[in-house]
Amino acid sequence: MKRRIAILALSALVALGGGSALLAQTQSGLRGTTPLDQEGPAARMTPTRNTTEREVRNYPEQPPLIPHSIDGYQVDLNGNKCLSCHARARTGESQAPMISITHFMDRDGQFLASVSPRRFFCTQCHVPQHEVKAPVENDFVDVDTLLSRTQPGGRR
Amino acid sequence: MTASESAPAARGGVLSFARDLWDTLRRPSSVFALGVLVLGGFVAGVVFWGAFNTALEVTNTEKFCTSCHEMRENVFEELKTTIHFSNRSGVRATCPDCHVPHNWTDKIARKMQASKEVWGKIFGTIDTREKFLEHRLELALHEWARMKANDSLECRNCHSAESMDITKQSPRAADTHQRLLFTGQKTCIDCHKGIAHKLPDMRNVPGWQ
Repeated sequence: MKRRIAILALSALVALGGGSALLAQTQSGLRGTTPLDQEGPAARMTPTRNTTEREVRNYPEQPPLIPHSIDGYQVDLNGNKCLSCHARARTGESQAPMISITHFMDRDGQFLASVSPRRFFCTQCHVPQHEVKAPVENDFVDVDTLLSRTQPGGRR
Repeated sequence: MTASESAPAARGGVLSFARDLWDTLRRPSSVFALGVLVLGGFVAGVVFWGAFNTALEVTNTEKFCTSCHEMRENVFEELKTTIHFSNRSGVRATCPDCHVPHNWTDKIARKMQASKEVWGKIFGTIDTREKFLEHRLELALHEWARMKANDSLECRNCHSAESMDITKQSPRAADTHQRLLFTGQKTCIDCHKGIAHKLPDMRNVPGWQ
């Protein structure tokens, strides 16, 4: 009898421990410890990165990130605030990088005189950055790092 | 035979009334004491000037501007989303801060121009959203031209170049202000269009495409 009680108590303990382990597993980076069926407190808003320094692209095809704040920038049928600095003719005065020549190409591969309509909405691909600590881990390495690992003596 | 005798009766009546009035005004008063006239004139002047300025100030408030749906439902609604309405310190611009010159002479000149807006209100020039959008470019061009001509005076009533600490600005803003604003090559409105309201069709506006 005593043994049976001890086994029962042990299994209950294990079940409880497993439960709490499960609870710990449901904790995802952004959600925190809030259970799935509840809404946690909103995260604090963070400042936008606001510099002139370009960020290195993580892979060659990556649309360059916007290093500055774009609060209140109007990009719609009437006008494009981004282009008032980044358009070819505006870069002399603004000293901003010109939008890539690939943006002048329409879907038939023809180069137009200016930005192609399909590339007009900048924030479809280009995004500003907020200054936050990454809430989830990320072990991404770029291709150069990856290749160097295959070299003799390279870091694995 | 004088001109008034040969003229039709009505015109003669007006002329003789004007002449009588002129004669009365020219002659010293035979009824009121000089003191009454001087003091009365002074008090009447104060009352008139006070009333004039009070009325002027009433038309210079956001409440007055947004009492018309044309302003309340279009431009005021748009202003609310911008930094000139909602920001960290709670200091905000009201309509007349940007749209009415603070200097008296310029203010009166602007107010006289604004009588055209009363005409527009009466005849419903922009009384629907569609009509407003149709006129938006024209209206915006007027405001840009005004600000360009007075070197963005209404901006500078609050944003003085002398008090601007560019070390507190983002590198992008600091560089541009140093290069173009402080050298007088550009004025505020040249770059800061559409900061308080939505933009019209910008296709032929310099610096835009």
